[in-house]
Amino acid sequence: MASTGGGGEVARILGEIEALKASRNRIDNQISALEGQLRELTLQNGSVPPPSVISGAVVDSGFGHGLSPEMIYRYSRQLLLPSFGVQAQENLLKSSVLVVGAGGLGSPALLYLAACGVGRLGIVDHDVVELNNMHRQVIHTEAFIGQPKVKSAAAACRSINSTIKVVEHQEALRTSNALEILSQYDLVVDATDNAPSRYMISDCCVVLGKVPLVSGAALGLEGQLTVYNYNGGPCYRCLFPTPPPTTACQRCADSGVLGVVPGVIGCLQALEAIKIAGAVGEPLSRRMLLFDALSARIRIVNIRGRSLQCEVCGENAAFTKQHFRDFDYEKFTQSPLSAAPLKLNLLPADSRINIKEFNEKAIKGEAHILIDVRPAHHFKIVNLPNSLNIPLSTLEARLPEISSALKEEGSESAASLYVICRRGNDSQRAVQFLHKMGFTSAKDIIGGLEAWGRDIDPNFPTY
Amino acid sequence: MKLTIEFGGGLELLCDSVKIHKVNVELKNGEKKLTMKDLLAWVGSNLIKERPEMFMKGDSVRPGVLVLVNDCDWELSGQLDTTLEDEDVVVFISTLHGG
Repeated sequence: MASTGGGGEVARILGEIEALKASRNRIDNQISALEGQLRELTLQNGSVPPPSVISGAVVDSGFGHGLSPEMIYRYSRQLLLPSFGVQAQENLLKSSVLVVGAGGLGSPALLYLAACGVGRLGIVDHDVVELNNMHRQVIHTEAFIGQPKVKSAAAACRSINSTIKVVEHQEALRTSNALEILSQYDLVVDATDNAPSRYMISDCCVVLGKVPLVSGAALGLEGQLTVYNYNGGPCYRCLFPTPPPTTACQRCADSGVLGVVPGVIGCLQALEAIKIAGAVGEPLSRRMLLFDALSARIRIVNIRGRSLQCEVCGENAAFTKQHFRDFDYEKFTQSPLSAAPLKLNLLPADSRINIKEFNEKAIKGEAHILIDVRPAHHFKIVNLPNSLNIPLSTLEARLPEISSALKEEGSESAASLYVICRRGNDSQRAVQFLHKMGFTSAKDIIGGLEAWGRDIDPNFPTY
Repeated sequence: MKLTIEFGGGLELLCDSVKIHKVNVELKNGEKKLTMKDLLAWVGSNLIKERPEMFMKGDSVRPGVLVLVNDCDWELSGQLDTTLEDEDVVVFISTLHGG
């Protein structure tokens, strides 16, 4: 490759790309604002919309049903289904569905719900689109990186179907706003990523008079799906009266997830929502679908019905809207409503070192051993030079290795022992253990490799 | 008694990442039947290799674990008192929250 360009040329091109991206974002925003205005005007004035924007309202068309010629053409392939037909399509067009979470599950769910003609489709999310979402959150495009997921998802839904109403709720769902938001919909799709949100959404559906809830979850290579609060079926609490320990609540950001797995579950959530809103078929109530992607197994099991002892929907339950507003779901589940990473603080300050101090010591050539306690497959993604990978789970068995490494390194004076991980939680656990085992000088590097990427080497990959 | 025992939703990590276990559980001396209570104790000492608190709490499973006997929630068959038969399939699945 020619090397005549030099650093200046690279910087110039990068600058130009950034400037172009910024103006593209501005233009995208202008377009979506104008589209919004146009929709409002069309609805208010009843003026003749342009060919691509035809109101989704169901009015008598003179064909003995409420579908306009455009609707008949758009939805023809599902109108042709004998078990679906005009009646289910009319039901769908009159229905309103709220999807909570525009992530891995919400992406495909929203795309299909918009496409099939749900009359009013709401989206709740407080997050912004990030590059590491793209592999599974297929509703978003690169142009929307850094922008609210709700805006991005709403734009995608409108570009598929400009005849339905898409409602943007760009906020985190909380007990303070959930009743007001959920009460505007006939059906809720839980596409969130954490335990407290799942309890909160289910409870809210119950206190609002048993709004049906299509609940999906996915992690790693497995997915689960069921319908709550439907036709005498159980609510989330009937099934899980006591929240699981926080250590049992894994997050996609820690454990990983293959993009297509939430994709499959999200599609199935759309399907269940379409069945309920269209009033066709047998919704997956009192049954649960378990999907194991790696072994290609789908199992549908029978689960309990509504529990008479359920604290929220049971026979003697006294759980009111006011109880709901006052309920602390984060305390109940011991985990935050947004799937934020854990930030532990287990060690005294003198057992910790910040990343800049560590870097200075390393540059000065201080004799030290750096242990990276992440799992081996994390270490393979990226690691610091001269770091020794001893995963936390194997630490106890590999203490002798640390002893001999320290001896070898510190031939003249005692070598320091530093421990690093991805974010600085496991490194603290490791240092705690090392102290107990006699390695009293061990220090954890605050903030882990994320801090290294942020404060020392901006080219160091984060994941 | 020949049983198939399966783990999912991450519980397999407690037993060397093996999801499906074909096992033969001997009935205790003098016992004529095997209940889920007996099986849980057996699983705890024979299949679970680490962090037993992630599987059991007291004499039952920890909150957030669904137990299925022949694809049916054990709540419908008597929970700990469910009586098992030869060739039964028992699934332990941890509920997922991700998305």
